[in-house]
Amino acid sequence: MSFKVEKRQELDLRLFYLTPVLAVVLTVLSGFLLFLLMGYDPFLGIYYFFISPLLSSYGLAELGLKASPLILIAVGLAIGFRANVWNIGAEGQLTMGAIAGGGLALALIDVQAFWVLPLICVAGIIGGMAYAAIPAFLKARWDVNEILTSLMLTYVATLFLSTLVFGPWKDPMGFNFPQSEMFAESATLPIVLEGTRLHLGVIVALLVAVTGWVLMTRTIIGFQIRVVGQAPAAAAFAGFSRKRMIWLSLLTSGGLAGLAGLFEVAGPIGQLIPSISPGYGFTAIIVAFLGRLHPIGIIGAGLIMALSYIGGENAQVEAGMPQAVTGVFQGLLLFFLLASDFLARYRIRFEAHTAKRKEALAP
Amino acid sequence: MTATPTRLELRAISKRFPGVLANDSVDLNVAAGEIHALLGENGAGKSTLVKIIYGVLHADEGEMLWEGETVKVADPHAARNLGIGMVFQHFSLFEAMTVLENIALGIENPGDMNALAERVIEVSHAYGLPLDPGREVHTLSVGERQRIEIVRCLLQNPRLLIMDEPTSVLTPQEVERLFETLRQLSTEGVSILYISHKLDEIKQLCDRATILRGGKVVDSCDPKQETAKSMAAMMIGTEVRPLSQREGSSSEKIRLEVQGLNLDSDHAFGVTLRDVTFSVREGEIFGIAGVAGNGQNELFQALTGERPVHIAQEILIDGMAAGRMGAAARRRMGMCSVPEERNGHAAVPEMSLTENFILSGYGRMGLLSSGFIRNDAAEELSRRVVKDFNVKTAGVGASAGSLSGGNLQKFIVGREILQNPGVLVISQPTWGVDAGAAAAIHEALFALAEKGSAIIVISQDLDELMALSDHLAVINMGSLSKSMVTAKASIDEIGLLMGGLHGMTEHQPGPNGGNANVV
Repeated sequence: MSFKVEKRQELDLRLFYLTPVLAVVLTVLSGFLLFLLMGYDPFLGIYYFFISPLLSSYGLAELGLKASPLILIAVGLAIGFRANVWNIGAEGQLTMGAIAGGGLALALIDVQAFWVLPLICVAGIIGGMAYAAIPAFLKARWDVNEILTSLMLTYVATLFLSTLVFGPWKDPMGFNFPQSEMFAESATLPIVLEGTRLHLGVIVALLVAVTGWVLMTRTIIGFQIRVVGQAPAAAAFAGFSRKRMIWLSLLTSGGLAGLAGLFEVAGPIGQLIPSISPGYGFTAIIVAFLGRLHPIGIIGAGLIMALSYIGGENAQVEAGMPQAVTGVFQGLLLFFLLASDFLARYRIRFEAHTAKRKEALAP
Repeated sequence: MTATPTRLELRAISKRFPGVLANDSVDLNVAAGEIHALLGENGAGKSTLVKIIYGVLHADEGEMLWEGETVKVADPHAARNLGIGMVFQHFSLFEAMTVLENIALGIENPGDMNALAERVIEVSHAYGLPLDPGREVHTLSVGERQRIEIVRCLLQNPRLLIMDEPTSVLTPQEVERLFETLRQLSTEGVSILYISHKLDEIKQLCDRATILRGGKVVDSCDPKQETAKSMAAMMIGTEVRPLSQREGSSSEKIRLEVQGLNLDSDHAFGVTLRDVTFSVREGEIFGIAGVAGNGQNELFQALTGERPVHIAQEILIDGMAAGRMGAAARRRMGMCSVPEERNGHAAVPEMSLTENFILSGYGRMGLLSSGFIRNDAAEELSRRVVKDFNVKTAGVGASAGSLSGGNLQKFIVGREILQNPGVLVISQPTWGVDAGAAAAIHEALFALAEKGSAIIVISQDLDELMALSDHLAVINMGSLSKSMVTAKASIDEIGLLMGGLHGMTEHQPGPNGGNANVV
């Protein structure tokens, strides 16, 4: 027996939307196996990881808190991915957004006015956009691979943030800890669910997802993005500019990542510290694909990935598991998703092996 | 025949594709050490035939004899084992790898790399094709890349070498050198099957030529005894073709004017457009003939704005300079277009017909209101195209990729015509389309011209151009010939122009020259 892999004539849509579910199931199953091999009670491990965080209102609020930056960033990334623009550096744009908006919050620390919060939000967006403009310019001008430039710039951004909070922006009253002053009340996001940390960002994230959906399905801009991604020659025929799409998708995803970064520092953190994100910018890439690059799918995917963060923390606290378990689960999920995607695009055909070569030459 | 043994013999080879008989009972004999030309227009069936010999395609009927024995070639692997090598027109090399690595990937038993490297140097020098095995392919010129393909074949000691339009990418010096190599191989007993439409090359190089037309062998000759002119006549045929019944436009209003258009090619296999000049009046259909790969794609891109040119004045649409405009801006000025490739260029296969209507019609047909797509309006217009042009589809929600070639082409042509273009540029309007759809498309183009549009048809199908156009010109190596009135054009002259012999007829008017289209 041998087997042959054939490309399907048309994408199997049913499988296309079913595979994310399959990927989640396979991730849980291998998690089970992993816990067993590591010597933990697998049932208890799964319980701490996937179920107990959902049993309290505090847990649910935390879920929303972690899901909102993921959704916000993933919606922006998905727009780019649809246009074949691969922004891998959302983490860096998030950091730059936090620096720009947070820096402004520090400058306005004595101002108590309603306009401070909107203003620092705009600064956060601009910070992210400006940082994404670097790979956009390089790609549009010289066709430099945006995957590499955006990724490498991420490390520059995190080190720049450290430089600031270890140096000029360090709180003089902070006992020499590498952190800025706490932001003023006017530069802090209001809480939407009393007694939890769930802030206004979650509503913004949902609005952005819905807006993204309308943009992609109803407007000529979304149409252009899809055509550029699916058939570049047809886009040239229609007169859609590929360069414009590069700028548009990088600026959009950069701006949204910047806003997500600002929401972190103006929300649960409340100040600038060296590490403001547990890798939201990278995890959002998984969220975008798990959500099938569809803004509404991304909301669901964002919640699932948020659960992996909370579950991971929970498993650390309750069962003493290592911190790496979160990353392992996220990796497993992406792996299974990509692997099962293969089935939606290709079919595997088994056939009996014959000595075809010999036959071919026989007279 | 002669004393030399027959190396390859084809008997009554037929190959049918949906809607076309690509090879119709083709007989062919290639003697040992012979350089044998396969001559014919595009679509004559040359490529299909050599792909059958090389095992890429399989014949529906007929038999193939290799050195006197019947063989069935299942795939190129089997062909190589028999001793058949082929150099394709467009090479398949990995640019980031070295010459040696590329060669090792393409042969059956590469063996030890050092030994292979020595053999590469030895073989390449023996045949005047110097190659450095360690060089990376991306640093090589197109001619050097072709050497890799040839050396790769030679390493396997072929007894038949098939070359598909090998000189189309070479400079004259490189062509000379290649011919020397081929002659050397021939004296060593290697047979060469040489595909080309360049008449002078065939005269220079080949011992015998078989001429294909419409899938059939129509003639064979000794090229050295023929003139380029007589071979052109054999290639194109002298039978009376259905001629354009059109009176031609009486209007003096020029809708499209192209003056001294120049455009550099943007990739290795591209053609540079040089000083292309023509004009098309209101109600006129202007044909551009030529063998594929002589700049048709570049001309289409330059005309439609997919690749704007540097000087605005080189293209005038209704008198307005449009050379620097992009495709969307030219569409607003009334220029619509239909590219040759349906899937992925004229249409997005995964998208619905409605979405594909939006693709080119959103601007001219007012399908946007403040950036939002008016889906209802787009759907209604798509339905109208489907109805008016008799497109067979499950509905306007069906994906473009699900339609048959002919139906998708009718939709695409209908989409552009519905937008009432002032100038329509259409490339290969009926390529791979069944006869019914082709007639419908021709009718639609006539009707559009009647309404005062200027139409430019780029086609490799000479019959089609003869039937459609009022005026026509021939494109060869990126230059466009002078335009001629189709009804008075001489087939001989067109044939010579297509074969790259500009101005030959002026100097050597043959006895059969003049008008072959006596109606």
